[in-house]
Amino acid sequence: MVRFLGALVGLFFAGMLLLSFLWGAVAYVSAPPAETVEHAFHEHPKKVAWSFNGPLGHYDRAQLQRGFQVYTEVCSACHSLHQVAFRSLGDLGYSEAEVKAIAKARQVPDVDPKTGEAATRPGIPADKFPLVYPNDVAARAANNNAIPPDLSLMAKARHDGANYIYSLLTGYQSQPAELLKKFPDAKTGEGLHYNPYFANLNLAMAPPLSAEGQVTYGEGQPKPTVDQMAQDVSAFLMWTAEPKMEARKSTGVAVIVFLLIATVLAYMSYQNIWANKEH
Amino acid sequence: MSFPWAEHYTPKHPLMKWMDEKLPLPRFVYNAVGGGYEVPRNLNYFWNFGVLAGLALTVQLVTGIILAMHYAANGAVAFDSVEHIMRDVNSGWLLRYAHANGASFFFIVVYIHIFRGLFFGSYKAPREMVWLLGIVIFLLMMATAFMGYVLPWGQMSFWGAQVITGLFAAIPVVGEPIQTWLLGGFAPGNAALNRFFSLHYLLPFVIAGVIILHIWALHIPGSSNPTGVEVKGPQDTVPFHPYYTAKDGFGVGVFFLIFALAVFFAPNAMGHPDNYIPANPMSTPAHIVPEWYFWPFYAILRAFTMDLTIPFTGIVLVPAKLLGVLAMFASILLLFFLPWIDTSPVRSGTYRPLFKKFFILLIVDVLILGYCGGAPAEEPWVMISQLAAAYYFAHFLIILPIIASFERPDPLPGSITEAVLAKSKHKTGETVAIAAE
Repeated sequence: MVRFLGALVGLFFAGMLLLSFLWGAVAYVSAPPAETVEHAFHEHPKKVAWSFNGPLGHYDRAQLQRGFQVYTEVCSACHSLHQVAFRSLGDLGYSEAEVKAIAKARQVPDVDPKTGEAATRPGIPADKFPLVYPNDVAARAANNNAIPPDLSLMAKARHDGANYIYSLLTGYQSQPAELLKKFPDAKTGEGLHYNPYFANLNLAMAPPLSAEGQVTYGEGQPKPTVDQMAQDVSAFLMWTAEPKMEARKSTGVAVIVFLLIATVLAYMSYQNIWANKEH
Repeated sequence: MSFPWAEHYTPKHPLMKWMDEKLPLPRFVYNAVGGGYEVPRNLNYFWNFGVLAGLALTVQLVTGIILAMHYAANGAVAFDSVEHIMRDVNSGWLLRYAHANGASFFFIVVYIHIFRGLFFGSYKAPREMVWLLGIVIFLLMMATAFMGYVLPWGQMSFWGAQVITGLFAAIPVVGEPIQTWLLGGFAPGNAALNRFFSLHYLLPFVIAGVIILHIWALHIPGSSNPTGVEVKGPQDTVPFHPYYTAKDGFGVGVFFLIFALAVFFAPNAMGHPDNYIPANPMSTPAHIVPEWYFWPFYAILRAFTMDLTIPFTGIVLVPAKLLGVLAMFASILLLFFLPWIDTSPVRSGTYRPLFKKFFILLIVDVLILGYCGGAPAEEPWVMISQLAAAYYFAHFLIILPIIASFERPDPLPGSITEAVLAKSKHKTGETVAIAAE
C-alpha cells in the first residue's frame, strides 16, 4: 500500500515536471529568450596581484596608508565608513599621536554637555568614522537620488570584492557603439555613467578618480596615477572589510601545522591498534 | 542491548564502585561508546561520519553559545553587532567564521552520512527507527540553519526569511495568515528576528536530544556494516574502544584539517556577498538564493512552473507555487517511507548491481539539482532542474520498488569475517604475485 501510494505520488510529481519541461522547452525553442544588454556587455573584474592574495598574503602598510589618503581626499566626500573606529587605524602603521590627529580632524555627533542639545565635537580614537549624511533622504537629495553606500564592508559585499572595486574605479568609458547598435534602448540615462563592471552597466557615481596627481602622495611613494590610486584605495577597503585577515591567516598556518602533526599521530595510533586485526 | 560476548563493565577503584551503585553513568558510557559496545570489524571510512556529525554539532554549540554573548537580536543593531564581533571581540572573527562555516560542514558531513545510509541500506530492518530519527534530525537541522542565517540581518537574511516563510503563504485560504503568524508581522522585522534567535538557540539542544535517541535506537540492533550481513559471532566484531575511537580520532583530524582550511583561508567562499549588505526591505536583491545546502530543494521548489488545471476549462486546481512547495516538502518526507518502499532483502548496495547504477545516477542528479538551485531562475537551468527533479521523485517512488522486485543480487559473503578474510587473502595474493614477477 505504501509503495502503491508512493508510486502514485511519484508519477504525479514526475508527470507535472515533465509537462512543465515540455511546455518550457516548446516556449524556449519557439521564442528563445532575448539576450539582455547586461548579459552581453557586463564584464568580470580584472585580476590584480594583491599583496594580500594567497594563504600567506599580508597587507602592504604603505599601500593601505596611501589608500586611506585617497579615501579621505576623494571618497569620503560622499561615502561613510561607519563600521571602522579611528583607533583601528593604528593597524595601518600610524602612531598613537597620528591616530589622535586623524580623529580630531573629524567632527562626530554628540550631545552638548551643557544644554543637552545635539551637537558635534572633534573625534577621539574610540569614535567610529561619522556618517556623511544624517539619513538616506539627505543622501539622496545630495546625490541625484542615489544613496552612496557605506564602504566599510564593500570589499566583502561584492563578488571578488577588491578586484571589483579596482575594476569599477578604472572601468569608466563611453558606451560602445556596438552596444547602442544592438540595444538602441539601452542608452545611458541622464546623470548616469557607463561602466561595464557595474551590475546593470550604468551607475550614478561620476568617475571619482579622473586625473593623475589628484592625490599627492608622500615622498618615496609611487606616482599617483589613476590606476595606482584605484589599487591603493581598493586595498584599503579590503582592510576595512577584513581588518583581522593577517591574524586569521597566521593563526591558520599554525593550526594547520598542529593538525597535520596530530592527524599523523592519530593515524599511527589507529594503525597500531588495528595491527593484528584484519578488517 | 548488546551482544552476549561484549565486555562487562567492572569498576575497580572503590570510588568507581561507589559511583556505580549510586549513578551508573560510567557504566552507561562504557556500554555506549566504550569497550562494552561491540561493532562490526569491517566498517569503512564512511562510518566515521556519524561521529563527525556529532562533532560538528558540538562545534556549533560551543561557538554559538559564545557568539550569543555578543550578538544583539534587534533589527536596528543586529548587523552592527555582528561586525562588532568581527572587529572588537577577542577572536570574534574566529568564532563567527567557525560558526558560519561549521554550519556548512555539518551539512557536508550529514549529507555523506545520509548517502552512506542510502547506499548500504542502513534504513532497512531492523534499523528503521534509526533512519526515521535521522530524518527528524535532518529536518531540525534545516530549520535551525535557516533561522541562523537570518540572524546577521543582511540582505540575504531578510529576503531569505521573506521567501521561506512565503512558502507557507502558498497554502490556500489560511496561507497568508500563517505567514503573518510565523513572522509576527507582515514582513520580516524585529518580531521575526527575535523569535528566530530564540528558536535558533533552542533547536540545537532538541537536535542533541534526538541524537541520543538516534544512537539509542542504533545500539539495540547494533551498527550496520558495508556487507550488510548481520553479525554472527564474536569473531565478527571488535569493541568500540579502542578500535573505533582510534579510527575516529584519525577521521576527526582529517575533518578538522579541511574545516580549518575553510575557516582560515576561505571563510566567505560558501557565503553570499549580499549578506554583507545590511537588510533593506526597500531593495530586493537580483537573485535571492538560500545557503548552498538548500539548493537541491530550492531547485525542486522552483521547478514547478505550470498550474494543475482541468484541461480546456482553465480552472486551476493547484497553482504552480503550491505544487512546488508540496513537492519540496515531499522530497524530504518521502525519505520517512524509504524502509517500506525499498523491499530488497539485500542491504548493501555493493551486492546490488542494478541498484548501484541508479544510486550513482541519484548522486549526479542531486548535484545537478544543487547547481540549478544556486543558479538564477532562468533557462536553461529551469528546464534542467525539471528533468532532474522528475528523476529524483522517480528514483525513490518508482524505480526503487521496481528494481527491488526483479533485481538479481550478487552472492553475499557468509559472514563479516569471511568477507574480511577473503579481501585480505586477495590483497596478499596480489603482493605474492608481484613479488614472484
